[in-house]
Amino acid sequence: MLEVNELSVSYGRINAVQALTISVAEGEFVGLVGHNGAGKSTTLLTVTGTLRPAGGDVLFDGKSIVGLAPDEILRRGIALVPEGRRIFGRLSVGENLKIGATTRKDKKGVEEDMRKILDRFPVLQRYWNKSGAKLSGGEQQMLAIGRALLSRPRLLLLDEPTLGLAPLMVDRVFEILDDLHKEGTTILLVEQNAARTIEVADRTYVLRSGGRIQFQGTSEELAKMGDFETAYIGMG
Amino acid sequence: MIVGSASVVIQYILDSIANGSLYALMALSLSLLFGVMGLMNFAYGELIMSGAFTMYYTHSWGPVGMIAMTVIVVVVMSLLMELLAFRPLRKAGPSTLLITSFALSIALQKLAYMTTNPGIPKTVRPYPWLTQQFEVSGVLMSRLEVIIWVMTIVLLVGMTLLLKRTALGIQLRASTEDFRMSQLVGVKANRVISSAFAITGLLASVVTVLFMLGHGDVRPNVGQGPVLVAFVGGVIGGLGSLPGAALGGFVLGLVLNILQATLPRSLQGHTTMFAFLGVIAILVLQPGGMIVSIRKLRRKRDQAAALSEGAPS
Ligand SMILES: Nc1ncnc2c1ncn2[C@@H]1O[C@H](COP(=O)(O)OP(=O)(O)OP(=O)(O)O)[C@@H](O)[C@H]1O
Ligand SMILES: [Mg+2]
Repeated sequence: MLEVNELSVSYGRINAVQALTISVAEGEFVGLVGHNGAGKSTTLLTVTGTLRPAGGDVLFDGKSIVGLAPDEILRRGIALVPEGRRIFGRLSVGENLKIGATTRKDKKGVEEDMRKILDRFPVLQRYWNKSGAKLSGGEQQMLAIGRALLSRPRLLLLDEPTLGLAPLMVDRVFEILDDLHKEGTTILLVEQNAARTIEVADRTYVLRSGGRIQFQGTSEELAKMGDFETAYIGMG
Repeated sequence: MIVGSASVVIQYILDSIANGSLYALMALSLSLLFGVMGLMNFAYGELIMSGAFTMYYTHSWGPVGMIAMTVIVVVVMSLLMELLAFRPLRKAGPSTLLITSFALSIALQKLAYMTTNPGIPKTVRPYPWLTQQFEVSGVLMSRLEVIIWVMTIVLLVGMTLLLKRTALGIQLRASTEDFRMSQLVGVKANRVISSAFAITGLLASVVTVLFMLGHGDVRPNVGQGPVLVAFVGGVIGGLGSLPGAALGGFVLGLVLNILQATLPRSLQGHTTMFAFLGVIAILVLQPGGMIVSIRKLRRKRDQAAALSEGAPS
């Protein structure tokens, strides 16, 4: 479904991502883990059209989406839950959700999805009129996921959704992702929490800095490698 | 005597409210563009100028034709500005945009000097029934003043409804806060920016009509002074906040007008100096503008309330 081929992205003279190749198949849950500054966020921002690659290609359903505007890429079915959540703090919770459906014309479908999302995250219903800035970090993360789901994405990208959350909230986020995956959503999850990612993902890529792949494998393969976290990426 | 001076004060304030209202609308326009695309558009003054010339050349069409044409010309000018001058600079930083807006402002003024024969003084002939003053319980006012108050309220309410109740409004507010993110949720960059320029143009055309019906003199630099005052007013209120900017413009316009009328004659030429000294003082004390400090106060109050209640959930 998504193929990133030999992707290179730079900020001026800094090469953030070099010749990165990853793929995500329909229905798959793929993890992408790596150190700070490894180029994970850069990769996601390039896939969603905010950044332009210096080289390589990004294919979605077999067609290149490089050079398309972010709203067009979203229309094709790729939604991003960005690093730091980036809730619109001055918009209400309800408005934050509604704006997630900007690309859609099917009013009925949007209403239906809205109801499902409010059932899934009752806290958003409760704080419907509160401004986004007033939610706690965990609540904002629910809102960011809800906002992305309202575009009815075929591929959901998430950038460190558990960053800065309390342990209980971290569990909740992984639970939600697991549920979404079981319901058929295709997911590409960027995380620093390698252990938890390997648990939920079908397959995980491990990046080292400069956006090069250190290794990849299914969860079983990575688990078999035993102490791979301490040995290869030195993270807990 | 006391009664007399009280009504004089009321008179000054009434006269100044109209002035403040126009600056509120201008500052609101500037703030909208600043928020959506980081542009401080000094060429806004030339929207007013192009409107003023349109009024001059179409005056003979009668008020309806003149006003309609002015609205059309100013809105189209605003959209063209975006398309030709600012769209190519979409990725540029705020300072590039600022300098471009200055260049555009000067270029349009020079163009007007070259094409409109400035040797002949031009005025939009006033409509006496609009500007003639009448007395209401001891104070004088004109129909034009009343129209300015009403139009300002209508436009502010209209803007509020647009921003709060419509999909476009939500998109504009989201873009003001985080432009990149708004694109990531599907907002079309070109569409919100064009809409912001169209709204700005509409507000500018109303300001032009109301301003020129009172002042009359049509010059290529007619918009330059007002846009500066509106800019400073917006900065006082906080350009990042739409209501803040409007309030700042209103207060500065009001104060300038009152100073103009009350300062001793020898100081009257220096009203703007006093006003701007006040502005510097405010910015030194509160760099984010007035609204920011109001927000801070409110947050403190909320926190205090939450603490005393024993914070819920
Ligand atoms: N806007 C920018 N300008 C210049 N360099 C940047 C910018 N954003 C990121 N970089 C650099 O690009 C590299 C990759 O950054 P990126 O944010 O993609 O890493 P990351 O894997 O998401 O890290 P983290 O886990 O900290 O979020 C880093 O070296 C970073 O310093
Ligand atoms: Mg990152």
